[in-house]
Amino acid sequence: MGTGQRRFEDRIVYGIASPTGGHRAVNFRLNAPYVQMYGIVKRFPGVLACDHVDFDVRRGELHALLGENGAGKSTLMRILYGLYQPEEGRILRDGAEVTIHSPTDAIRQGIGMIHQHFMLVDTLTVTENVALGLKSSREPLLDLGRVEAGIRELSEAYGLQIDPRAPVWTLSVGERQRVEIMKALYRGAAMLILDEPTAVLTPQEVDELFVTLGYMKENGYSLVLISHKLQEVLAISDRITVLREGRLVGTVPTEEMTRHELARMMVGRDVMLERTRDDEIDVGDVKLRLKDVRAHDVTGQPALRGVSLSVQSSEILGVAGISGNGQRELAEVIAGLRPLSGGSVEMDGMPITDWTTARRTESGLAYIPEERMHDGIVRDFAVSENLVLQEHTSEKFSNGIFLAFDYIARYSRQMIQDFYIKTPDIRTMTRNLSGGNIQRLILARELSRQPKVLVAAQPTRGIDIGAIEYIYQQLLEQRDKGMATLLISEDLDELLALCDRIAVIFEGQIMDILDRDETTAEGLGLLMAGVHPEKQ
Amino acid sequence: MIDELFTISTLIGILHSCVRLATPYLFASLGETFGQRSGVLNLGVDGIMLMGAFFAFYAVFEGHNLWVGVLVAIAVGILMGLLKAFVSVTMQSLQGISGIGLYLFGLGLSSLLFKTLIGSVEGVSGFRQLAIPLLSDIPGLGHILFNHNALVYLAYIMVPVSWFVINRTTLGLKIRAVGHNPEAADTLGVSVNGVRYTTLMIGGALAAVAGASLSIGLQNVFQENMTNGLGFIAVALVYFGSWRTVGVLGGSLLFSLVNALQLWVQALDIPVPSEVAVMMPYIMTIVVLAFTARQIQKPAALARSYERGE
Repeated sequence: MGTGQRRFEDRIVYGIASPTGGHRAVNFRLNAPYVQMYGIVKRFPGVLACDHVDFDVRRGELHALLGENGAGKSTLMRILYGLYQPEEGRILRDGAEVTIHSPTDAIRQGIGMIHQHFMLVDTLTVTENVALGLKSSREPLLDLGRVEAGIRELSEAYGLQIDPRAPVWTLSVGERQRVEIMKALYRGAAMLILDEPTAVLTPQEVDELFVTLGYMKENGYSLVLISHKLQEVLAISDRITVLREGRLVGTVPTEEMTRHELARMMVGRDVMLERTRDDEIDVGDVKLRLKDVRAHDVTGQPALRGVSLSVQSSEILGVAGISGNGQRELAEVIAGLRPLSGGSVEMDGMPITDWTTARRTESGLAYIPEERMHDGIVRDFAVSENLVLQEHTSEKFSNGIFLAFDYIARYSRQMIQDFYIKTPDIRTMTRNLSGGNIQRLILARELSRQPKVLVAAQPTRGIDIGAIEYIYQQLLEQRDKGMATLLISEDLDELLALCDRIAVIFEGQIMDILDRDETTAEGLGLLMAGVHPEKQ
Repeated sequence: MIDELFTISTLIGILHSCVRLATPYLFASLGETFGQRSGVLNLGVDGIMLMGAFFAFYAVFEGHNLWVGVLVAIAVGILMGLLKAFVSVTMQSLQGISGIGLYLFGLGLSSLLFKTLIGSVEGVSGFRQLAIPLLSDIPGLGHILFNHNALVYLAYIMVPVSWFVINRTTLGLKIRAVGHNPEAADTLGVSVNGVRYTTLMIGGALAAVAGASLSIGLQNVFQENMTNGLGFIAVALVYFGSWRTVGVLGGSLLFSLVNALQLWVQALDIPVPSEVAVMMPYIMTIVVLAFTARQIQKPAALARSYERGE
């Protein structure tokens, strides 16, 4: 095992410079399959996650794996990367059958994986993260100099700009992703699995990533892109495999597909994600107003540095921005979960800056928090308990100090029906629901109160396209009924589809607020990166 | 009488005691640093120290060489470390509670063995003063720094050795990674449990030597519960030192200085109630922890057991 890893390292470090080209990825027959998976079956308690799935990746190909959440795409790739063991099925590499019991085995087969949540140690430097787990050339001592030299060479060869000496916590999300790719390349990967790699990037960073991927493809790397974004899959992949509920729907060449056909393959029916909004609705009075709001983040650093904005009734105001520019604090300040260090918040003309969260909710504020599993629900509560969590002391749900169980049960069944929450029972533990169904539950709780103001933070992140469609529909319906919505999102397509106006937040300040009609994804992208075109 | 505390010879005496008394703190808290950097909080240090103290003493009491005593203590410490690792790493029990269990186990077993095998308080001749030629002749400083027994020197040598292992070896890199993000380490083929077993064995061995440094180095007797909670202070010192070996060195010296002062205050018959004097290091522990524990360097996975999952 040790010598195997050592060989990879040697080849990478010397391979690029050597005229014979020691790189594994350089010696390839284009279009020959690199990895083939046949009849893969994987069961989890109560779920058939993969049901006899076939999949293959060729050399020099970018193969997209498309499907809703829970369709089995991540499970399939985790099996290939050795994180799960399949119950049935065969895996071939270069035509020969292999067994992969662990990530170490996968790495030895030249397979690398870039996880959605980066697997990096923040406190270590880029070089240390790359060296972690590898045999050093002078065991037991570290040889970081040599690793650093290897990183610099790979950096140049594939256009991956990273400072090897920088501690990871100082890096941007895009840079961290490059470190992940570097880890795989340095270990001699010939194939990369990328799990939703664009979810966390700005449009500009996405472009850079795609350039790198294109370059790797030309050099014979096999790439698998796990995604549920139709647009990007159509833009850069060569072939697309669609999974639905653990089964293979089909593998198709990208050039033969349209967005509409793909969505149908994915969901199994026609999907309407395009705007169905009624633009005739007039906006009314200001329902939510923030004046020069300032607040600190958990570490005590200023996170909001003078935010002013207002949302009118029957209006959806979007807040665009790269994660970590004050969005979380903005939502918490309005919800009453974070103290202000300056400025004021008004709801319906009344100053609510000093109100408790409970008083704000009673007066018509609804809140869909960013961390739905953490802040949105109590995971070990029953579905019905989470549904009445907010109002359990109101007359509706209680008789004196006792809960009105009969009414709560009736009410919960009604909610499950009205909001299409898929759950075996109202007593089911909420943690067992899928992300999309948990979000429907939160939506049911918040919207059934007929709120005046809704703050929705990343309401569709990580949930399936069917649930997203439903949430869009609900948001637009409530807007037509007069609700004022502040929609915080990192998904520009979502903001452009739903919002009347879009504010861009950067380092705790509002860069600009634009009307939807005068906005493009590119323009927003620049503002999100802190570049104001008119102020240059 | 209070003036006596400030004569040159008394000051040299106090500083000499300070350097000497830091020995058990250093061994124990350096050992604990290894465990905590890899994400395991071991509150059982005091119990391991008592076991180490007893076995080292017993070996010497039975006529063996002093270094054999140290080796026996190391072996016992490794076993105690393995026990802690089995309970908190393999069985994934809550680290705080299982550590207290380990402490009570060490406390009880060392007392029982003492009563059964020795019975009464006896003395042995422990490690002798080993003045380093030339260096110990430096006026003042020579006596303070270079006139101690072998275990004292060893404790100070362990500071750069520990630093080197943590920061300059592949094992150290794994320890730091596992303590901060075990998931990331696991995906790169680092055995999270393997690393934690290793650090707990290192920690156990060093804690046992800390105990031995009391029973055959500094006091040369064994008594029930002779550590008086010193192992808990060692755990606190790791927080105080922000998980860095230099910080741990600073903390150990600070505490042993307070200890040395306390001893000299009593020895010189200065009218401070002896209870107050004895309380000083403990009060200091609380004050220091309340005001200086910086969380920035804290291993993010400290006291969290790791299970491969989603």
